[in-house]
Amino acid sequence: MKNEDLQNIINGFGKNLEFTTEESEFLNVIVPKEQLHEVCEQLKTNPDLKFDYLYCLTGMDWGSDLGVIYHLESTELKHLIVVKVKTDDRENPTLDSVCDIWRTAEFHEMEVYDFFGIKFNNHPNLKRLFLTPDWDGWPLRKDYVDEANMIIK
Amino acid sequence: MNIPLNITKTIHDWLFSIMPEGVATVTEWVIVAAAYLALFAVAGLYLVLLERKVAAWFQLRLGPNRVGPWGIFQTMADALKLVSKELTSNANIDKFLYNLAPYFVILSSLIAIGVFPFSRQFQALDINIGIFFLFAVSSIGVIGILLAGWSSNNKFAMIGAMRSGLQTISYELSVGLSMLTMVLLTGSLQLSEIIEVQRTGGWLILQGHIPAIIAFMIFMIAGTAETNRAPFDLVEAESELGAGFHTEYSGMKFAYFFLAEFINMFIIASIAVVLFFGGWLSPFGITDDITWFPETIWFVIKVLGIIFLMMWFRWTFPRLRVDQLLTLEWKYLLPINLVNLVLMAIIIWLNWTI
Amino acid sequence: MVEKEIENKMKTEEYFVNMGPQHPAAHGVLRLLLTIDGEIIKNVDPDLGYIHRSIEKMCERDSYQQIVHLTDRMDYLSSHINNEAVCLAVEKGLDIEVSDRVKVIRTIVSELTRLASHQLWWGVIGMDLGALTTYFYAFRDREYINDIFEETCGARLTMNYNIPGGLMFDIHPNFVNRVKEFLVHFKTKLPEYDRLLTGNVIFQKRTKGVGVLTKEDAISYGATGPVGRGSGFACDVRKTHPYSAYDRVEFKEALFTEGDSLARYKVRIMEMWESMSIIDQLIDNIPEGDIKTPTKAVIKLPKGEFYQRVEAARGELGVYINSTGTKNPYRVKFRSSGFSNLSVLNHITKGAKIADLVATMASFDFVIPDIDR
Repeated sequence: MKNEDLQNIINGFGKNLEFTTEESEFLNVIVPKEQLHEVCEQLKTNPDLKFDYLYCLTGMDWGSDLGVIYHLESTELKHLIVVKVKTDDRENPTLDSVCDIWRTAEFHEMEVYDFFGIKFNNHPNLKRLFLTPDWDGWPLRKDYVDEANMIIK
Repeated sequence: MNIPLNITKTIHDWLFSIMPEGVATVTEWVIVAAAYLALFAVAGLYLVLLERKVAAWFQLRLGPNRVGPWGIFQTMADALKLVSKELTSNANIDKFLYNLAPYFVILSSLIAIGVFPFSRQFQALDINIGIFFLFAVSSIGVIGILLAGWSSNNKFAMIGAMRSGLQTISYELSVGLSMLTMVLLTGSLQLSEIIEVQRTGGWLILQGHIPAIIAFMIFMIAGTAETNRAPFDLVEAESELGAGFHTEYSGMKFAYFFLAEFINMFIIASIAVVLFFGGWLSPFGITDDITWFPETIWFVIKVLGIIFLMMWFRWTFPRLRVDQLLTLEWKYLLPINLVNLVLMAIIIWLNWTI
Repeated sequence: MVEKEIENKMKTEEYFVNMGPQHPAAHGVLRLLLTIDGEIIKNVDPDLGYIHRSIEKMCERDSYQQIVHLTDRMDYLSSHINNEAVCLAVEKGLDIEVSDRVKVIRTIVSELTRLASHQLWWGVIGMDLGALTTYFYAFRDREYINDIFEETCGARLTMNYNIPGGLMFDIHPNFVNRVKEFLVHFKTKLPEYDRLLTGNVIFQKRTKGVGVLTKEDAISYGATGPVGRGSGFACDVRKTHPYSAYDRVEFKEALFTEGDSLARYKVRIMEMWESMSIIDQLIDNIPEGDIKTPTKAVIKLPKGEFYQRVEAARGELGVYINSTGTKNPYRVKFRSSGFSNLSVLNHITKGAKIADLVATMASFDFVIPDIDR
C-alpha cells in the first residue's frame, strides 16, 4: 500500500495526527501522547493495516522533547510505518505503554525507561533493566552529565 | 603353579609362623586392606585417565599427553594437586554432615570392591550372600550424595541431591531385579559359585537365552543410572546445576566423590562381568590348562570392555530430563523386568537352559 | 482431581534460584531469577546489564567509521553482519551505491559468518543437553571458516572487514579456493551432525514439544531469526527486504511451524545448507570492480533518519541512525535480535522443568553482549 493510502486510513484514527515523509524513508506519523494507545490499537486491528510486528522501539531525546519511535511492519500486507510520540515534560515524562498490543514492547519500554526515564502507564514490570536500581540519572538523555568520563573523552 | 595363590599362601604361612594366631590374623587383615586401598586408588586414577583418553578419541582430540609418556602420570599429578588444595566450604553449612558425606560415598564403593572375585584366589571375602551384599552396600552411596547436597547450603546442590535420591531409589529396583533374574539361573548368591556354574555351562548370557540378554540390557541401563553417569547424570548436570551435589566441595573431598564415581563404574562393570560374562573364566577355556596364567587378566579385559561401553554412552548421548528418567524406569524397565523374571523362571522350570 | 488432592496433601514452597550471572548454560553473563517449585519453573525474570557497555551512547560521540567497530562487540558471532548493517545504513544516508564486487563479497562473508555461528550453536546445544562431543565436531569445522577469515580480514572473530563505502581491502588470492575447499568438506560433515545428534532418541525427546512458541506470539514478541521461523513467522530479512547480493541468489527460507525447540534446531540446520548453496552460487563469479567507493575522510550524514535491517545469525538486526548533519550521529539505536528473543523466554517456559529451560535457551542461541549492548 502506498504511503498516501496509509495516511488516508490512519488520519481517521484520531485528531491532530501529523504526517511526514521528510528525512525518512518511511511514512512518519506523529501522534499526540494522549491518543497513542488508541491509535496503536487501531493500527494493529484495522483490517487494511494489520501492523502486527513492532520491529523496533527507540527512545529519543530531541533536545526539548522526549519521546519514543515505533517502527511497525505488517507481516501480512508488507507495509511499513513509523509512529512517533513526544512529550515535553522532562521532569516526569509519562507515556502510555503499548505492551498489551505488541508484547515485545514490554522489554523495549523497560530499556527506554532505563536510559531516558520515560515512565509507561500500565506497564506490568517497569524497572531498571540494564543499570543498577540506584543509578543516578538517565544516561542517554542529552543533558546527562557523565561525571566519571566513562563515555566522553 | 598359580602365582596369586602362591604369593598369598606364602605370606599367610609366613605370618602365622612368626606371630601368635590372633596377631597374625589382624596383620593379615591390615595387609589385605592396604592392598585393596592401593588397588582402589590406582584403579580409580587410571579409570579417570582412560575416560579422558576415550573421550579425547571420541572428540577428535589427543587427551592428556604431557605428564609422562602418553600422559600416563597426568591423573597422578591431578591427585597430588587435589591433595594439596585447601578445603574450602560455604558459610552456614551443617559441618558434621558436610564432612561426613564424602566418606559415605567412598566407603560404599570401597566395601563393595572387597567381595569381587578377580581370579580363583584373588578375592578378599567370599561370602555366601555375595550379590546381595554388593547390592546392599553399593546403595549406601546415595546417602552420601543426599547428605552432601543437603548440608552444603546451596540450592543447586540440593536439587542435584534430590534428583540423585529419586534416581537411585528408582533404578535400584531394575538393577536388583535384573540381578535376581540371573540368580534364578545360577541358584546361588555366592560370587565364586556363580562363576563355577559358568565353567561347565558357558557364560550366563548364553545359558539364559533371551531373558538373559534382556536382563543384561536392563542391567546396563540401570547400572549406568546407578553410577550417575551420562545419559543419566542429572545429579551433576553441569549445564543445569553447575556441578550438582558436589558444587561446594573442594580438594580431597571433591576427589573422593570423583573417584567414587569411577569406582562405582568399575563395580557395575564387574557385576556385569561376573553375572553375564563368566568372571575370570577364559573364553572357550583357552587358558584353563595353563596353570600359571593369571586369570585376573581375563577379568580385567572383560571389565574394561564393559567400561568402554559405558564411556561410549557417556560421550554420545545427551542427558535425559528428570521426568523422562522416571518414566523410563517405572513405565518401561520395571514391567519388562518383571515379565523377564517370570520368563526366566519358566525357562528354568522347563529346563531349557543350555 | 487427583493432582489437586496431592497438592493439598503435600504443601510445597516456591523458592528462588539465581541462574547466572555465572552459569554454564547461560554462555555469558545472563542472570535469570528463577522462581521454582521443586523442578517446575513458575517465573523467569531476566536481570540484564552484566556486560552492558553503553554502545549506543558511545556511538553518539564517535564518527561513523568508528561506530562500525563497536558493533563487532555486540553479537560477536555475527560480527561481519553487524558491521554490514551499519555500513549499509551509512551508505543509505550518503546515498552511495557500492560496486557489485563489494556486494557479492559481503554476501559471501556474511554467509560464512552465519555458518560459523550456527556451527558454534550446534556444538553448544549438544553440550547444554549433555552431549559434550558435538562441541568438538563443531569446532573442527568452524576452524576452516576462521582460517579463511584470518587470511582475508586478519582477524578470526571481530573482523572489521566492512567500512562505509565498501571493504577494508580486497579478498586474499586464496579466498575462493579455500572457501570451495571448505564447502566440499562441510557438505560431507553436515550429514554427520544429523547422525550424531538430530536422530538421537534422547535429543528428540528433550526438544520436541519443549518451549512451544506460537506464530502469533512470535510476531507479537518480535521473535525473529530461527526462533521466529521455527514458529512459522516468515521473518527472514534476506527475503523480505533484500540487501547486498541476496536479491540475485536463489535460496529457500527455512520455515517450520511446530514452534518447539526441535523446530528451531531444524531451522538452523537447514539454514546451514542454504548458506552453503548461496555461497555456491556466488563464489565462482565474483564480479570485478572497485572494492571501495570513495567517501570523505570525515563522513557527515545529511539531516534525517536512516534505518537498515539485516538478517544476523540470530535474527533481525536493525540499525537506526538519527543524524543532524554533523560528523557524529545524534542517536543510534541497535535493535538486537537477542533482546527481543529473550523477552519470549518467560512466556514459553512457565510450567516447564529446569532442564527444559536449558534446552529452550540452547535453542534460542543467546549471545549475551548482543542482549546487553
